[in-house]
Amino acid sequence: MRRPVLDVRDLTKTYGEGEATVHALRGVSMTVERGDYVAIMGSSGSGKSTLMNILGALDVPTTGTYLLDGVDVSDLADRQLALARNRLIGFIFQAFNLIPRMSAAGNVELPLAYAGIKPDERRRRARAALDVVGLAERARHEPNQLSGGQQQRVAVARALVTEPALLLADEPTGNLDTRSTEDVLDVFDQLSAAGRTIVIITHEPEVGARAKRLIRLVDGRIVHDVRQRP
Amino acid sequence: MSLTFALRGLSANKLRSSLTMLGILIGVAAVILLVAVGNGSAKAISDRIEALGTNTITVMSAGRTGSALTTETAGALADPVLAPDVRSVSPVVSASATVTYEGADHEVSSFVGTTPGWFAASNTPVGRGAAFTTDDEAQGRRVVVLGPTVAEELFPGADPIDQQVTVGGALFTVIGVLAGKSSTGFQDANDTAVAPLTAVRQVLTGYGSLNSILVEASSPAQVDAVQSQVSTILGLSLDETQYRIQNASQLLETQTETADTFTTLLGAVAAISLLVGGIGITNIMLVTVTERTREIGIRKALGAPRRVILTQFMIEATLLSVLGGLLGVAAALIGSSFEIVGVRPVIVPSSVGLALGVSIAIGLFFGGLPAARAARLRPIDALRYE
Ligand SMILES: Nc1ncnc2c1ncn2[C@@H]1O[C@H](COP(=O)(O)OP(=O)(O)OP(=O)(O)O)[C@@H](O)[C@H]1O
Ligand SMILES: [Mg+2]
Repeated sequence: MRRPVLDVRDLTKTYGEGEATVHALRGVSMTVERGDYVAIMGSSGSGKSTLMNILGALDVPTTGTYLLDGVDVSDLADRQLALARNRLIGFIFQAFNLIPRMSAAGNVELPLAYAGIKPDERRRRARAALDVVGLAERARHEPNQLSGGQQQRVAVARALVTEPALLLADEPTGNLDTRSTEDVLDVFDQLSAAGRTIVIITHEPEVGARAKRLIRLVDGRIVHDVRQRP
Repeated sequence: MSLTFALRGLSANKLRSSLTMLGILIGVAAVILLVAVGNGSAKAISDRIEALGTNTITVMSAGRTGSALTTETAGALADPVLAPDVRSVSPVVSASATVTYEGADHEVSSFVGTTPGWFAASNTPVGRGAAFTTDDEAQGRRVVVLGPTVAEELFPGADPIDQQVTVGGALFTVIGVLAGKSSTGFQDANDTAVAPLTAVRQVLTGYGSLNSILVEASSPAQVDAVQSQVSTILGLSLDETQYRIQNASQLLETQTETADTFTTLLGAVAAISLLVGGIGITNIMLVTVTERTREIGIRKALGAPRRVILTQFMIEATLLSVLGGLLGVAAALIGSSFEIVGVRPVIVPSSVGLALGVSIAIGLFFGGLPAARAARLRPIDALRYE
């Protein structure tokens, strides 16, 4: 039997203390098999980003376990975590998180640089990734010279450039027009067809409809988990 | 690889990088220069006093109504019984005078009349030609030894020796030129002329009193003994208010003390400016911590290990502070080749090391510390940092 890529059990996450305590996650359990394409939906504040940050090994749960590729993430040292974030996971932030005063190409090249890839190869692959999101001619621009949608597409390119086995996208189409949304979703479809695992958060039903599986989150709990396609 | 990251980080934030470097540069340059000025003025003072000779004392008249010093007073000091440690006694008269040669004239501020022993006692050797002799002095021969400045003014490019110059209506034969003295005082020490006492009195000053008497001790250690012997002899014929004894080595001591205080004071000012510079650097570094912490969060999320991030930011801080520090040293070296408030600065090597060390330490600490802290955070906490 193949082990799931993602396996979370009884995840809880609380922020703050005493009166101000916020229960962002109240016991989330789910597994995601290799090659699956999962969409997570839910109202604002339902804990989607919180869950995603834990899945991306960027944050730790308050209680519960998280196995990434069968390995308990809480056991990993800084080096191994860095390696997992770099080689295994492509993360698209809701807030883009591009590095200021660094060109779009520079931002896209960064994960490759940390992977120790040679400059020539880096440039070639960054250009290709920017081409995929339709921003090849904006490669020299810095984030503050790009529109919100363009910044989001740079962030998508940066997550795709390492060809990660696991793509985690927190509202990757939130700032995009229909056409750009379509372009990005096409890329996701191709990746999915190529056997990569994708987890995407979205507010838009038509984006959720393209996924193979749809999960609904309410108040930090999974209330729906339906398979839409095999 | 971290080096490329660091260079890119620096060039991406040019304004911040240059402000930080400027802060360090100014701090370092100020410390080195201020200490150099203090040191330079101390050196100037001691050079000047040493040029007077440290084994001599000078008896000067102190009375308001003309000088009480006469040639007889000077003669009385050359007493092997009462003053056994005195090697030589040189009576001195001096006046300003105009020296003329073939239509060119030059105003000499100090035209000195004295005896031949004065040259050795006052540490004023003759460069070319010869000094006058005891015989010249006894005969009142009109011969003169010119200071280098005077020789240059009156005989540009020519040999003044055996030429005749006119002083106070009388002809003097030039027999020598003094060796150049490093001019550290406010006056040009080379703008002088020396002639036999008898001749100068006859032509310029008249047979009144002396300006001063230069007494040479047999060795520097005997200066204090000589001073008391001289006081005893002078006490026989003069009132204590009529003369004043100047002791070069005492003068040197008090002046050096003053200069040391001055250097310490400037050093304190410099330390404060280094501190202010340091606070400036710290400020610039801390202001950007939020932004940098977010950046570190992004880099960690993209898979940068802690060590790589630390190395990048330490290299950035090192480059900034070392470069800024070296530029500061360069600025100080350039600045020290100019006269500052009339003083030629002399760089104190330890101040260079100190200034450089302190500023590099500040840069490293405040550049490296926030980065080290941020690199330890979880990516998401670094991203949320405010
Ligand atoms: N750092 C934090 N400190 C305190 N509370 C937090 C923090 N991050 C999130 N929360 C709270 O946790 C809850 C879940 O937040 P989360 O960001 O996961 O929501 P979300 O589902 O992504 O919402 P949206 O759709 O608006 O992005 C919210 O109530 C939020 O206020
Ligand atoms: Mg969210």
